[in-house]
Amino acid sequence: MNIDLLTKMANEISAFFATESPPDQAAQDVAQHLRRFWEPRMRRQIIAHVREHGGAGLTDLARRGVETLAAGESDGA
Amino acid sequence: MFAIDYHDHGTAAPLAGAPVTLQIDGHEVTVPAGTSLMRAAALAGIDVPKLCATDTLKAFGSCRLCLVQVEGRKGYPASCTTLAEAGMKVRTQSPDLQRLRRGVIDLYVSDHPLECDDCAANGHCELQSMAAVVGVTQTSYARGAMHRPLAVDRSNPYFEFDPQLCIVCSRCVRACDEVQGTFALTVQSRGFASKIAASEDRPFLESECVSCGACVEACPTAALSEKSLAHGKARERAVTTTCAYCGVGCSFTAEVGGTAEAPEVVRMVPNRNGHANHGHACVKGRFAYGYAMHSDRQLKPMIRKSIRESWREVSWDEAIAYAASEIRRVQAKYGRDAVGGITSSRCTNEETFLVQKLVRAAFGTNNVDTCARVCHSPTGYGLKSTLGESAGTQAFTSVSQTDVILLIGANPTDGHPVFASQMKQRLREGAKLIVIDPRAIGLVRSPHVTADFHLQLRPGTNVAMLNALAHVVVTEGLTREQYVAERCEVPSYERWKAFVSEPHNSPEALAEVTGVPAEQVRRAARLYATGGNGAIYYGLGVTEHSQGSTAVMALANLAMATGNLGREGVGVNPLRGQNNVQGSCDMGSFPHEFSGYRHVSDPAVRALFEQAWGVKLDPEPGLRIPNMFEAALDGTFRAMYVQGEDFVQSDPDTHHVTHAMEAMECVIVQDLFLNETAQFAHVFLPGSSFLEKDGTFTNAERRISRVRQIIPPRAGYADWEVTMLLSNALGYPMNYRHPAEIMDEIARLTPTFEGVSYAKLDRLGSIQWPCNEAAPEGTPTMHVGQFVRGKGRFYTTEYVPTSERVNSRFPLILTTGRILSQYNVGAQTRRTDNVVWHEEDLLEIHPHDAETRGIADGDWVGLTSRTGETVLRARVSERIAPGVVYTTFHFPQTQANIVTTENSDWATNCPEYKVTAVEVVRITQAEAWRARAAQERAAGSSRQPVHA
Ligand code: SF4
Ligand code: SF4
Ligand code: SF4
Ligand code: FES
Repeated sequence: MNIDLLTKMANEISAFFATESPPDQAAQDVAQHLRRFWEPRMRRQIIAHVREHGGAGLTDLARRGVETLAAGESDGA
Repeated sequence: MFAIDYHDHGTAAPLAGAPVTLQIDGHEVTVPAGTSLMRAAALAGIDVPKLCATDTLKAFGSCRLCLVQVEGRKGYPASCTTLAEAGMKVRTQSPDLQRLRRGVIDLYVSDHPLECDDCAANGHCELQSMAAVVGVTQTSYARGAMHRPLAVDRSNPYFEFDPQLCIVCSRCVRACDEVQGTFALTVQSRGFASKIAASEDRPFLESECVSCGACVEACPTAALSEKSLAHGKARERAVTTTCAYCGVGCSFTAEVGGTAEAPEVVRMVPNRNGHANHGHACVKGRFAYGYAMHSDRQLKPMIRKSIRESWREVSWDEAIAYAASEIRRVQAKYGRDAVGGITSSRCTNEETFLVQKLVRAAFGTNNVDTCARVCHSPTGYGLKSTLGESAGTQAFTSVSQTDVILLIGANPTDGHPVFASQMKQRLREGAKLIVIDPRAIGLVRSPHVTADFHLQLRPGTNVAMLNALAHVVVTEGLTREQYVAERCEVPSYERWKAFVSEPHNSPEALAEVTGVPAEQVRRAARLYATGGNGAIYYGLGVTEHSQGSTAVMALANLAMATGNLGREGVGVNPLRGQNNVQGSCDMGSFPHEFSGYRHVSDPAVRALFEQAWGVKLDPEPGLRIPNMFEAALDGTFRAMYVQGEDFVQSDPDTHHVTHAMEAMECVIVQDLFLNETAQFAHVFLPGSSFLEKDGTFTNAERRISRVRQIIPPRAGYADWEVTMLLSNALGYPMNYRHPAEIMDEIARLTPTFEGVSYAKLDRLGSIQWPCNEAAPEGTPTMHVGQFVRGKGRFYTTEYVPTSERVNSRFPLILTTGRILSQYNVGAQTRRTDNVVWHEEDLLEIHPHDAETRGIADGDWVGLTSRTGETVLRARVSERIAPGVVYTTFHFPQTQANIVTTENSDWATNCPEYKVTAVEVVRITQAEAWRARAAQERAAGSSRQPVHA
């Protein structure tokens, strides 16, 4: 899928949790949102984007959220 | 004229009163205090003659036909205006009364034509039946000129007014005032010369009349009558059903004539026992049902190999077999998840449930979504997160207990007209109104209703506005601390309080962003928090934003903090656009959840469905509609089944959608008409209208109502049967004999529907879910005593401006909405006489913006955004603020969505229809502009499909 669009979506999700969640919880909440609402191919693609391109365009929280998501996915969660 | 099966009680039931026992004609009757003698008699089976009374209107006491005698009292009181008292002894019949009544009728008849056999109301006219009751067949007065010289007004497409037949009972005037709240009619002159007139004696069509038909139904004679009755069409039976237009979900009595083989709807009359509408309706539901019989209906299945080929009509068998084989071919080639389905908010609960079952169980994927994605998905997310249930909290009748209405991003007089009338009744009784909207919607100023505040904010700044309101509530100490302490998660509340108290959330700091003076915001906030019962009503102007879900949470926060949840008169209420938006969401149409809003990853829930459906189900969320388009362009999504949905017209950024559709290998469209989406389809399956099937719809107040079959499916199958055929062809058997069996399955699998059945619906008329052991007859008010979630949860709602910004190229903000006479993409209403009110979409532009661009009212203008351009006519109007333009999206020619963007709500991907940066220019040659725009589109797009 269009990675620019996925990046934008991930950033917007993070913008919500940036103020809503306590700082140590925010990345976890972003990851949880992605896990609950993003179809697997979208999740795979954003994870690949972080792995292969350092998550270019993602905000810091969005990138950390995706990394948290990636860790959970490889656990088979 | 009432529905043929209706028994009028003359006056309405009082709200509630202590029981009062009296005698009427020797019968003992017990009624609640506040009941009229006329109603008490009717309840005892005694119909007192009457003409000016009917039970949707306040008693008027003008005709003097309903006189009775009360023992120990002098004279002859009117039974419609006299209330029952304990111990009263009432006579409704006596020689004296008969004489008086004959005198009244004699006078009426002297001025009324007596050619009843030729009259549309023959057999149903109240004057005719009253004359028979009192034994008057001729008048004793000399027959004068009567009102013969007055012309019949046939200007309205659906009803006509024949002054000659009018008895000046003023029921129509009162219906327009009391029920509809439009105040379009008056009685002109006095005595014999008195006459009913619409808006200073203009033809109905040119008057303020909004064609709701309330006056027509209230009229006791044929003076105001439906044109469909003009040819003396017989009405053999009455069937109760539910309107298929908006989320109010009005109940109707369909009067059916024709023959047994070819039954025909002669008239639709709003059901006075209907729990959502109480006998009222709007121009769409009451009159605009003719689309069902329109010659544009495609009644034969069709297939084609490619969208460049012409269609070929085929048998049902061939179409279904082809569709099934294509689904399986695509899955074999691209994988199981390369297919999906779309359910429709226009279809019944049962049909929606079956489509998502087909996708999950027979296709084996969770790629199912619904058109609610593009309207109210943020409602589901926002209300579930904060309160614990994805639905509005109140019954419509709750508004009659409201003291302050906060209306944001909704235009009920156009979008939800019958509920708007209920709101207006309450506002006329003195409730206060706060409107938050970029546009001066009808309720800001209408007859006898003026908003106390109109916070005319810039499109896209709802969250800023709601934070500013919350700031005032918190910093001025207007919260209900005890309520919150008992009912909400206190840590979340403390965080929220600290957040909204920050200076950057003050009305003063945000005035620059919202464009609304801080003092107005402060006063509005104080009114909502302290004015008594505060109720929030909102619409797509809240949800269709990049922060749609955040705004819904902000509304819930405000209501919790001020203690405005959990009883009558308060609440947070989404006004749903389409008839079954609530139902389609309830039924598990979203890719991540089963019916009853339960996530697919929950093993216990999955196990329940796996056992019932006999297949393994996918634990991962599927694609949402916009994701499907992205995946189509990517080459990983290749086939879809679309029931009753026209996203090529309704979804944003049309070019993007059409490129995605061109990349699909198999699109199965099931619809009434060859809609815009069908241009990209390979299989067309004829759909059935709401007149042609059984089922249920769930309205905006969670009310489940029956839809009943009136005529056989014109193409042979109801929509639910077509889904079954497809499923069976795919090798996943579905064998329901009736939608009642589908509802039984829904009830077995969905806790909030546990107690729902067709038998119970027949008995109760309608049911508001949750309906279960704890609430066997349903739940009008949610969150009583405790939130569904347990403790209410506050969320901090930082305002994040949309990325769609104005600049020098696109200096105006376009926002969109709808109009009373048309409905959504207009597929139905454009195929009715409703087009007399709205022949085309118009662009509203403020006089200042029009002047600087040299635009005059009625000019053609080009509307350009960064995604596309379209042409429409301008209407110069002060209803919108400078810097903002507004249009509707009812006509495909306009293709308003060519200009909307792919921006969407962060949580749900609900598109941001309400904010698009645009420029408007005056043009002289509309056709040339259109042609050039089309050429440019064809020549290239930045996002071409990837063909696998
Ligand atoms: S149709 Fe409705 S709005 Fe029009 S005059 Fe009658 S009651 Fe009033
Ligand atoms: S038009 Fe009908 S309802 Fe109105 S005053 Fe005349 S008779 Fe009564
Ligand atoms: S208000 Fe809505 S449900 Fe009622 S008649 Fe009009 S369109 Fe139908
Ligand atoms: S019905 Fe009572 S006065 Fe007309």
